[in-house]
Formats: sequence, C-alpha cells, structure tokens
Amino acid sequence: MAIRVFLVLVLFLSSAIVSFSLYEDQAGLADWHQRYIGKVKHAVFHTQKTGRKRVIVSTEENVVASLDLRHGEIFWRHVLGTKDAIDGVGIALGKYVITLSSEGSTLRAWNLPDGQMVWETALHSAHHSKSLLSVPINLKVDKDYPITVFGGGYLHAVSALDGEVLWEKDFTAEGFEVQRVLQPLGSTVIYVLGFVNLSEAVVYQIDSKIGEVVAQKSMVFPGGFSGEISSVSSDKVVVLDSKKSILVTIGFIDGDISFQKTPVSDLVENSGNAEILSPLLSNMLAVKVNKRTIFVKVGGEGKLEVVDSLSDETAMSDSLPVADDQEAFASVHHEGSKIHLMVKLVNELDNVLLRETIQMDQHRGRVHKVFMNNYVRTDRSNGFRALIVMEDHSLLLLQQGAIVWSREEGLASVTDVTTAELPVEKDGVSVAKVEHTLFEWLKGHVLKLKGSLLLASPEDVVAIQELRVKSSGKNKLTRDHNGFRKLILALTRAGKLFALHTGDGRIVWSMLLKSQACERPNGISLYQWQVPHHHAMDKNPSVLVVGRCGSDSSAPGVLSFVDVYTGKEITSSDIGHSVVQVLPLPFTDSTEQRLHLIADTVGHVHLYPKTSEALSIFQREFQNIYWYTVGADDGIIRGHVMKSSCSGETADEYCFTTRELWTVVFPSESEKIISTLTRKPNEVVHTQAKVNTDQDLLYKYVSRNLLFVATVSPKGAGEIGSVTPEESSLVVYLIDTITGRILHRLSHQGCQGPVHAVFSENWVVYHYFNLRAHKYEVTVVEIYDQSRAENKNVWKLILGKHNLTAPITSYSRPEVFTKSQSYFFAQSVKTIAVTSTAKGITSKQLLIGTIGDQILALDKRFVDPRRTLNPSQAEKEEGIIPLTDSLPIIPQSYVTHSHRVEGLKGIVTAPSKLESTTHVFAYGVDLFYTRLAPSKTYDSLTDDFSYALLLITIVALVAAIYITWALSEKKELSEKWR
Amino acid sequence: MAPILRSTSLLAFFVCHISLFFCFFASNLPISSGSEDSYTITGRVRIPASTVIGHAAKFSNIKVVLNGGQNVTFLRPDGYFTFHKVPAGTHLIEVNAMGYFFSPVRVDVSARHHGKVQATLTETRRSLTELVLEPLRAEQYYEMREPFNVMAIAKSPMGLMVGFMVVVVFLMPKLMENIDPEEMKSAQEQMRSQGVPSLSSLLPASR
Repeated sequence: MAIRVFLVLVLFLSSAIVSFSLYEDQAGLADWHQRYIGKVKHAVFHTQKTGRKRVIVSTEENVVASLDLRHGEIFWRHVLGTKDAIDGVGIALGKYVITLSSEGSTLRAWNLPDGQMVWETALHSAHHSKSLLSVPINLKVDKDYPITVFGGGYLHAVSALDGEVLWEKDFTAEGFEVQRVLQPLGSTVIYVLGFVNLSEAVVYQIDSKIGEVVAQKSMVFPGGFSGEISSVSSDKVVVLDSKKSILVTIGFIDGDISFQKTPVSDLVENSGNAEILSPLLSNMLAVKVNKRTIFVKVGGEGKLEVVDSLSDETAMSDSLPVADDQEAFASVHHEGSKIHLMVKLVNELDNVLLRETIQMDQHRGRVHKVFMNNYVRTDRSNGFRALIVMEDHSLLLLQQGAIVWSREEGLASVTDVTTAELPVEKDGVSVAKVEHTLFEWLKGHVLKLKGSLLLASPEDVVAIQELRVKSSGKNKLTRDHNGFRKLILALTRAGKLFALHTGDGRIVWSMLLKSQACERPNGISLYQWQVPHHHAMDKNPSVLVVGRCGSDSSAPGVLSFVDVYTGKEITSSDIGHSVVQVLPLPFTDSTEQRLHLIADTVGHVHLYPKTSEALSIFQREFQNIYWYTVGADDGIIRGHVMKSSCSGETADEYCFTTRELWTVVFPSESEKIISTLTRKPNEVVHTQAKVNTDQDLLYKYVSRNLLFVATVSPKGAGEIGSVTPEESSLVVYLIDTITGRILHRLSHQGCQGPVHAVFSENWVVYHYFNLRAHKYEVTVVEIYDQSRAENKNVWKLILGKHNLTAPITSYSRPEVFTKSQSYFFAQSVKTIAVTSTAKGITSKQLLIGTIGDQILALDKRFVDPRRTLNPSQAEKEEGIIPLTDSLPIIPQSYVTHSHRVEGLKGIVTAPSKLESTTHVFAYGVDLFYTRLAPSKTYDSLTDDFSYALLLITIVALVAAIYITWALSEKKELSEKWR
Repeated sequence: MAPILRSTSLLAFFVCHISLFFCFFASNLPISSGSEDSYTITGRVRIPASTVIGHAAKFSNIKVVLNGGQNVTFLRPDGYFTFHKVPAGTHLIEVNAMGYFFSPVRVDVSARHHGKVQATLTETRRSLTELVLEPLRAEQYYEMREPFNVMAIAKSPMGLMVGFMVVVVFLMPKLMENIDPEEMKSAQEQMRSQGVPSLSSLLPASR
C-alpha cells in the first residue's frame, strides 16, 4: 500500500508542471541567438575622436545600427517598422545619428553612444518622391547648422539639437524636385539645385537661417534630363540627358546657371547608353559605358576628358579628403579568387596610395559596395580601411591587407528553411570525445548539485556552464541518438544557402546560387530532394534550391541540387520556364529522389527529375494528381488536373498541360482573400480517434487536401483604424482541394485581418482582430469525421459491421462536423507555428510569434473547443482547463526567454528522434534556435538530473545497511550474553 | 554630452510632473496644417520604480506599435512618444518592453473634436484620462531557483527513498518490540515451518 501511495505521489509530482520553463543558468544550453542587421545601404564612419571607433550603418531591413570597427560587434541597433525604409543617415554635431526614413517624412536623431532616440520630427510630404538628407559636416558642437531635408515636394531645415523645423519651403506647386543641396562652409546661403519636370534646371539660393529665397535662376534644357546626377564640385553637377547619350555639366557659380553638353560618343568610341555611377568624386565622375567604367575629369570650364577606364566589375567608394587638399577614393575589383583593393588620389590616378590583395571566398560573390575611411598612422602617414558589402550581403572590414572581421548579413533575410540530418558516425572514425576520470566526473556532478541547491559561488556557476556545454558534445558534426544535432538549411534572399549547426549555430558550409542566364538569381524556396533511408543508403542527402532570375514571377527559374553533407552543388540548371509553384509529389524513384512538379505562368507543369524512370512513375499516377492555385487578386481558387503532354516545338516529354477542374469564386464586392493555409505535408498524426470523457469516440477528419481560406470584406482589408465594426466581416472556409467542396464556413462579424493561422492534424487556430471588443481574438476549429462515428459500438466492431476497412476516397463527400471556440489574446501576432514531433504522440504547443518579437509557447489544451466554464470531475481528470475569456500569457513560457528575434518573419519546427523533443528555429533579422519538450522530456533524463544526488543516496543507503547490520550484530551479541 | 542630456530629460520629467494637465492638452492638438483628417497622438510610457526588477528599464529598447505594426516608434529620453499623421478613427497602441507586460490601448481619435484622444486599456477596460502607459506587471522569463531547503530534498524521489529506509530501520524494530512475545514466537515458528522465505513468496501475486 505504502509503495502504491509513494508511486502515485511520484507520478503526481512529475506530471504537475507542464508549462515550458527555464532556469536562468539553463539559458544558452540548448538555445542560441544570433543578431544581424541586413544588407548595408549607407555607412558613416565615426573615428575622429579617441576611444571607440564605430561605423553607423543603415540597411535594407530598415535597421540603423552602430558597429564596433574593431570587431564588428553591434553596439546598438534599432529595427524600424516595415514601412519605414531608411533613405539617408548622417552624424550631426558629432553626437547624434540622424536618420531620414519613410520617403523623407520622418527624421530621427539617436544618441551616438547608446542609441537612445533623442528627438523625432515628422515632416510634411505631399507625394511620393525620392528624398534627400543633407547633414552639414562640422565638428564644432556649439554652432548649429541646420539639417536640410527634401522629400515629397517640401524642403525643410531642421535644427540638429532638438529636431525643431526652422523653416520649410513648399515646392509642390512648381513640381520642383531637389537634386542637390550645397552648403558652402562658413556661409549662411545654401544652394538648392533641382529640376522641374526633368527639363528645367532651377537653382535657389536660400538663406539657411530664415529660409528666405535670396535668388532664383532657372534655365530650360531642351532635351530633358534622365535624373541621374553626380555632383563633382561645390558649383558643378553633371547630368545625363533623357537619351542617356549626352553628359550635361551644369555650373551654377553664384547662382548663374550654365549648361555645357558633351556627347558620350566624344569620350568613348561606339558608345551605347551611359549610366552615371553613384560614387561622388571631387572634380570627377564615374560613368558606365559599354560595360566598362570610365573616369571623366571635369575641367575648370566644365570640359570633360577621360582619364581612366576600368573593367566593369569594379566597385568604388566616394572620395575622401586626405592630407594637403587632396582627395582619394577606393576601388575594388576581382581577379580569380582574389580581390584587389586600391586607393588612388582623385587628381593623380597613377598615384596609388594603397594596393592590397586579399584572398576572398568564392561564395561571397562580387563586391557590391565600398565605403572607405582613413586614419593617421603613428608615422603620420595615411592608413585606409574599407568596409565592403558583398553580393551575398555579407559585410567585411578590410585593413592592412586582411579581413579584420566579417558579418554574414545574408542571414538577416532568410526566405526558406528546412532541416537535414548530419552524417552517421562511422566505425573506426573516433570523434574527439573527452573521457573523464571518475573523480572529474564526480566533481562535475557535485558542482551541478551545488548549483541546483543554490550553494554555488559565481566561479562555480561559470565552471558549471562550461562543463555543461563541453559534456553535452552538442557541437559534433555527426548524428546523435536523440537527433538533437541537425543541420538547419537556410536560403537567403541573396540566393545563398547556409547550413547552420543546431548545437551552437555556427555556419557549417554555405553556397552561393549561380546561374548562367543571369548575374544574381534570388533564392525562393527549398525542398528535400533526396532523403536516403532505405535504399540508397550510400548516397548523401540533397536539397533542391529554387531560384529566380529577377523579382518578377514570370522571370526564368534556376534549380540547384546541393549535397547536404558537403555543401557542394551537385548540378544546377537554368530551366527555360518561370516558377510559380513547386509541388513535391508523394513519390520517389529508385534512388529516393523525390518527384517534383513545377508550374509556370503559362499554365504548364514540368516534371523533375527529368529521367525516364520518374516519367514512368508519373505516368502511372497521372490521373491522381491534383493541385490548386489561389488568385488573391481576383478572389478565385482553382483546382487543376493533368491533361496531356505539351505540344509545340519547344516542349519536351516532361512538360504537361493542365485543365481546370473546379473553381471557388468569392464575390469581389464582399470578400477578399487575405490568407490561405494547408497542413504541412510531412506531418505525422499518431491517432485518428479521440476518446471523450464519457467513453465516447470522436474520429478526427485528417486529410492532406484541406485548404484553410480567410477572407475579409474589401473595406476591412486595410489597417485597424480604417474601418468601423459594421463595415467589416471575416469569413473563414475549409475547402477540399480535390473536389473544391466547401466543408465548413464560419463568419465573424465585425472582425478584420490580418489573419495568422496554423493548421495541424484536424484543427486550425487563427488569430484576427475583433473590432467590436477592440481586441485580438484566437479561434480554434476542429474537424471530425461523422461517417465513422457509428463505429464506436463494440459489437459492431466484433461482428465486423463497421466501415473502418472501407477504402477512403478523396472523391466522396465527407460527412464532417466541426467544433470551435474563440478566446481573446492580448497581443498582436506576427506568425504562428506548431511543434512537431517524430511520432506525433507528444501533446502539441502553439508557438506564437508576438509583435514584441518574442515567441510564446501556448499549450494546445488552452485552445480546445471542449473547454467549459465548469468542467466536470471526469473532464478535469482528462486535463480540460476551465474556460476563460482570454488566453493566458505566462512569461515563463516565452521560449525566447530574454531575447528578441528582431523583425520576426517565420518559425520552423522539426522533430528530433526523441519523441518528446522538437527543434524550433525562428528567423527574421535575428536567428533563434531552441529545443522544446512540450510535455517535458518524459522519455529521457533531463540535463538537470542529479547523478550526484543518486550516488549519495546509494552510498548513504549502503552505509546505513552496514551500520544497522553492525548494530544488530552487537545487539544480538549482547542479548546472547544476557 | 551625457550630462547635458541628463539635465534636459530631468527637466522634462519635472515639468511634466508639475503640470500633467499641460501634457494632456498638448496631446490633443492636431497638427496645424497638412491633410484635414490626420492627427498626432502623443503619449508617454512610465515604468514605476517599484516594478523595476534587476535590470533597469532602458527606454532605448522600448518600442511603441500602432495598429499591429502599421507604425513603429521609439521613446524619447523622457518617455514620450508620438505618432504622426494618424487618421481619425479607433486605433490600437501596444508597448513592447522586455521584462514588462503592457496592456494594449484602444485610442479613439475624434474627427469632430479636432483629434481629441480618448484612451482605454483593453485588458482591464480602464479608461485613461491621459495617455500615460504603465506596465500591468513585470515579467520574469526564468523560473526562480528555490533556495536550498531540506523539504525540497526530502520531497525528491531520492529523499523519499532515504526517508522510507529510515522509517524501516528505526521504526520497524520499535513496532516489533510492541508485538506480544508469544505472538512473535508463533510467527517465527510458522516461518521456520515454511522454510526460508523466498522473494516470490513475498509478492502478493504468488500467494
């Protein structure tokens, strides 16, 4: 009896705590967090003062950051809103970082040392236009030269101290577009040069103190300008005319305008269209003609002459004043696997100040941007450092002929993620494993025990952390028993594929997508191409990378097959057609290559791999292949089937035409598709039946062909504040993608998007905004199969009068019923995912990516339609939680604990071999990985398990046995003597 | 530079403390020009010193989000934030600060009253007379390690094992003593007649 009670007690203790939680000293054991900024657009160095040398950068991911120039670490960074793209960055007064964003309508100042926002000013803008930020370069803090900003037709002068708008000029009426603002040092007059309708050049002289126009001159240029401009000195700019064949030098000395035309053909023979490159060089400009870069010197009277010519693959920096009124600029070009960095004087191009050759990884591609900075060495000569942005978005600092640091900024724009196994540990190949002596082992465990009893000193805590990381062997490059070590394959927008180790997040290998057809294919998506497990065991697994030449969906696609173990590209091909949709088929060939269909814009599908074996497999299943397309613009969902082989001279036998089978048309005046979702195709469902408390059976309707669609009324498609509850409604549908049948429809009046949903097994959970309550809501819909509901009778099962063995066909009309329930949720959501385990036995958790870029793990039991206000005793025993009107946010169940995954875009889960555990990888600007056990690690001992305590207990027990034995001997002896 | 900054922030803090009315009034002012129906929402985030746990609240890491990501803004050193060009209507403001939970705020910008702002906390349904946002609660992301106590050890499976053994070792003899000696003798004889007790005979199933 006592034992039974004891067992019950132990069971109770082990099952009481279910929520995810972490002790502070466990942070970083199974998880890692990496911080990125994205592809750098602008960089401003701040190295004048002694102390910390830093570079301020703004990126394409709308990040403004201050980086340490010595190590490349982030001092501070801010991720602005998604619509708040940064147009310009500068440093004012030597202490504020100024950023201009949102097309010139938001100006912010950040404190340089710590990144605290100092002031923020909203500027008027009437229309979309390119914007311009001009921060006066002065080192004197006491004099406040205004910052001039042009954007949306207005020119503003803003005080750098407090962000106050000193004056503004409205140019919207004239259609005047400011191109350059020149602020001669020491003068209060600023020169504003711009174009009216790209045909008339206008120069305003404006008093920078009061904003009054002192003088204005304009001149019409008959040919019109193309808008490309390069300012070469304080009173001259060079523009291209609208035909891009004539360079026009515009001089505006003292407010007088003069034009001087020089045809490009005078400079270069057989010239085509010219293009002015962005670097600003003094008295010189760089022009790209005939795939070469030419340097054109601008003489005193506006006369142009070619002084140098370089190959096309050269990136250049702006020029920079070095000693003695001379300016220098840096240029970087490739030669094989090396890059050459040269710093030349602008006036004497033959005078090369610096020539460095640096070995460069092939997989970084070419140099995109160069930012140069100079410093004075101890011997008073000039030293140069260059910050370069590569084609794969990585950021490198070059100094003294070496790469000082590099940052893999491509990982800030991950587009697709998949996971892959590591190679099996082979016999004979001993993987470095540190064998502990018993003493060390014991010492370690005693330390751990001290830690768990809160007796450890700070040094002990450090030792414990080190020990834990070391002993777990989590960073090895081989497969482990539990499947904890895996590779995360992440494809970036730049078309680079990274393999990250789950143990510590390091990059195992990386590969840049290449194409013959275009320079820089974008990465779109990743698929498991070959996962050998039964037959071709000797083969390495491989993934299919789908890319595209250009951003348009009709652009030709690029396929690349990459070996997962080595990171080498097996083959790549430029497929002649576009890629709209990639459909992995549930068939593999004899080498376990998965068959894929790729749909193009013309309405054809193409089969891959292009082998006769794949074709024969495909022909067998020709009639059974269905797929659907979602037309979000016209509100139509279409189902398709295969029709026949393509005809036409260009078609091969792997191309097929398709036929429309069904359409679901949503009325465009009342419904607009905002979200569609299907189940993950590789999800494992453990059981089809669900037992109720009253011994009742419910059969889950588990179908791979269900599509969740959410529509809102067109008015409600905008932002939250833009619509009243009466005007907006949200409707969700569950549609069978084989037959086009609508299985379920649920409408929410007075609700609107955005809808974030997750679909797993037989349930959908979605998050939307309720306008009436003005709160976010989460609704769960569970689908059950009615047709099999009669099977719960035991007698029927015994007598064989059940339909469990009847074949299930997707064509039949399923009898389903649904249960649903809604709850309030207190936060905006960016994305929702669900945990997935190897066999699907472990209970599931929703992973909710919140607006604060944290990830909240919410037990599925909280979104169970069977929750009631007062659950009966039986229901309580089953684990049904009493119904509450809102879902709880328990701070300990944030899986990201004290980190933020800035700019969160997606969460990917993958099962490990251990049933209780799942891998979670979240990506955005940052990356975060952790391992989760939604129902605790019931199938293995946790890291916390104290072997020392076990050992001590055993020793104590043995000692007790001996002592009592000795005592009893003694007692027996004394009794015998009595 | 730091002292200058600090003094300004302190000053602003002071000014707002003595004249909260003024702050509220300022938040009601629509921008003077530009399009007719676009207004400015100004508010303030305040973290009471009593709720600051461990790491002090850094204003530089706090974001204020309008309508689930439509606009994102940051706090000034004095805790103020502003959303510009907000159309009239009902909006939602959320504050993201690590370590704190803020209730989302329903903000009604009235077109009739020239951008008059009414704010209500959606979680507690408390309406705010001024747009000063305070955290509902501080958030602790880690489980607290319980300090060393004997009960925790005693409750653990190992502790229970030891306790059980102690009971058997020290209490059983006491129990044995209480048994009537004659009964004991008979029991011993019974055992002798059965021979050496084997493990199987102890199990209830075999009986």
